[in-house]
Amino acid sequence: MSTGPQHGLVSLRGLGRDRLEGLLDRAQSYVGSLVSSELAGATVTTAFFEASTRTRLSFDRAAHRLGAHVMDLSPDLSSTTKGESFKDTILTLTAMGTDLFVVRHWLADAADLAAEWSGRPVINAGVGRREHPTQTLIDAMTLRQEFGHLDGLRMAIVGDIRNSRVARGHLEAFPTLGVKLTLVGPTPFLPNHNPWGVRVSTELDDELGDVDVVYLLRIQNERGASQAIPADQSYARRYGMNAERLSMLKPAAVVMHPGPMNRGVEIDDAVADGERSLILDQVANGVPLRMAVIAEALGGTG
Amino acid sequence: MIVIRNASVLRADGIDQSTVVIEGDTITSVGTEPVSNGARLIDAKGVWLGPGLVDLHVHLRDPGQTWKEDVGSGSRAAAAGGFTAIVAMPNTVPPVDGGSSAVAAIERARAVDTVDIVVAGTLTEGRAGKEMAGFDAMYEAGVRIFSDDGDAVPEAGLLRRIMAYLRDLPGAVVAEHAEDRSIAGEGHMHEGMVSARLGIAGLPGVAEDVIVARDIAIAAEMGAALHIQHVSTARSVELIRDARAAGMSVTSEVTPHHLALDDSALEGLDPNLKMYPPLRGAEDRSALRSAIRDGVIDAIATDHAPHAPSEKAVPFEEAPRGAIGLETAAAAVASHALGEDQRIFFERMSISPARIAGLERQGRELEPGSPANLVLFDPARRWVPGSFASKSQNSPFAGMELTGRVLATIYEGRVSYEGELI
Ligand SMILES: [Zn+2]
Repeated sequence: MSTGPQHGLVSLRGLGRDRLEGLLDRAQSYVGSLVSSELAGATVTTAFFEASTRTRLSFDRAAHRLGAHVMDLSPDLSSTTKGESFKDTILTLTAMGTDLFVVRHWLADAADLAAEWSGRPVINAGVGRREHPTQTLIDAMTLRQEFGHLDGLRMAIVGDIRNSRVARGHLEAFPTLGVKLTLVGPTPFLPNHNPWGVRVSTELDDELGDVDVVYLLRIQNERGASQAIPADQSYARRYGMNAERLSMLKPAAVVMHPGPMNRGVEIDDAVADGERSLILDQVANGVPLRMAVIAEALGGTG
Repeated sequence: MIVIRNASVLRADGIDQSTVVIEGDTITSVGTEPVSNGARLIDAKGVWLGPGLVDLHVHLRDPGQTWKEDVGSGSRAAAAGGFTAIVAMPNTVPPVDGGSSAVAAIERARAVDTVDIVVAGTLTEGRAGKEMAGFDAMYEAGVRIFSDDGDAVPEAGLLRRIMAYLRDLPGAVVAEHAEDRSIAGEGHMHEGMVSARLGIAGLPGVAEDVIVARDIAIAAEMGAALHIQHVSTARSVELIRDARAAGMSVTSEVTPHHLALDDSALEGLDPNLKMYPPLRGAEDRSALRSAIRDGVIDAIATDHAPHAPSEKAVPFEEAPRGAIGLETAAAAVASHALGEDQRIFFERMSISPARIAGLERQGRELEPGSPANLVLFDPARRWVPGSFASKSQNSPFAGMELTGRVLATIYEGRVSYEGELI
């Protein structure tokens, strides 16, 4: 298996529509498929320096389904806090026979550096506040299943966008796929510059009637976001997706959330568990999408 | 005796092609002297000859962090960069914040015979931003520039008391690293397009602007001499321009990297491009270039900040701040801002900084009787910086072609650096 760092998925930036749609097609072909032996003999290492059981398990399951062996970086190792030990860890895991790394880290360049240091392909499973490419592709896949196409859809991303790696991944890929994005939130939650040239709004209620997708994000208190707005209930009042706001949507419009949700803040139970919600579809698509990304990275023909 | 022929010589009333004769530590003639026997002859056709460069802002890391740099390696780097005087920032370990640390630093500096090392002192004791430093003892030892570089004085009230005191010491300069920490927070790069896209915590330009505005207001009230270090924003430039137009003695400096680069260079998250203040946006950079040409900003200063290769070979957000600059300063400035005009080049890189630091043997036009602190600089020579005399190699210009090269440096009549003389 001769693959290099160039085969991984570190960033969605600059990826062409063909490659993105190819990944979505491949992921779709894995839906409902049984165990394959496509990657038998390969070793996939999940290196999570930041806790995320859901994402890690999803990658783990995807790799197993392809017949790969999975090494997991145990939690006590992931309690390392310095970049230098990060490097040592990557070099050790490389020497132990890793063919592909899946990296989650709080540092923005962790996936790039893991690829550089290891010489192996790396899948970015969420780095810094920069990108979470597989979540973005999962959401694209889910929307394509729902609408049959992506071109021309309008999506409002609502919430703590400034701190969101998911939103930044969306901003790199959805415009390429023909989806028009609007960023919605109070100014302290909006990016302080707009290199993507997308629409920006501070009034959710003005946007709801125009969009096909409302994509909700939680407030990342661990990144200090709670200090950027008043500590009362005003966020939920202005931006929380509730039954009333649901009624302002177009009939076919849907609601999505990458999880974990803060029910009663950015999303009410009636919305999360209602029939307009695609949240469980997003979760279900995690494994086939990650199978597609892993298989592509390791050069399987699919 | 050294004789330099055919160079383009910076004189008091213009630039001319003359023969410059150096005897001992002094220029003895500028004109068309016949060459005496036994002289070292340098033919410098097409090359600029001017006063040795003066750097108001260097971190020598000595004492305390000598794996990054020390007085010896920093002096060699300075000479290689065309400098005959450098101001050593006081944020060593321990810092220069009183009489004994100043005397010790000055003694170490005197032992160096390739460049003047001018010792600066802190504004606050221990550089802790709480109490005034030992100004009188430092002043008595010869210190004139005071700075808590790395940090601004955090409290306006403390700065006001410091300025009220220092205004009474002739020649004393309050030099400020203008950055409001409550705004800058834990940022890693300029808050702009690149930080927004990569999701990296930003350092907003306004963190600098508010300190520059505050300091100007207090200096205006107190009549103290204020120097703003490494100006990086367009708004700071406006504030300084307005203050000077109102007759205040506010001086300032800008680094070569802020003139040559902007934050678009940070897309690749190269730790060697991480410094504070950070590389700013393109509009800031163009305001800085206009300001250094116009003279709103007086001086180029490198903010030479060495860090060992292993310290920089880490993820961007964990890398220490700072870049080396002594050996590329003249070339970067000639390439990106002042390469057209020999007079302005030497004004900003030698004459003005020497005046701000109060150095009588530096920054003098070449006339009989002038001290022989000189640099030969070829403004047309192309080269690609690779390895450095500094102990550290964290240059933002490594691998980048520059136009303009230091060919030789003469310190007090002796050749302190000799590069590729034609
Ligand atoms: Zn500084």
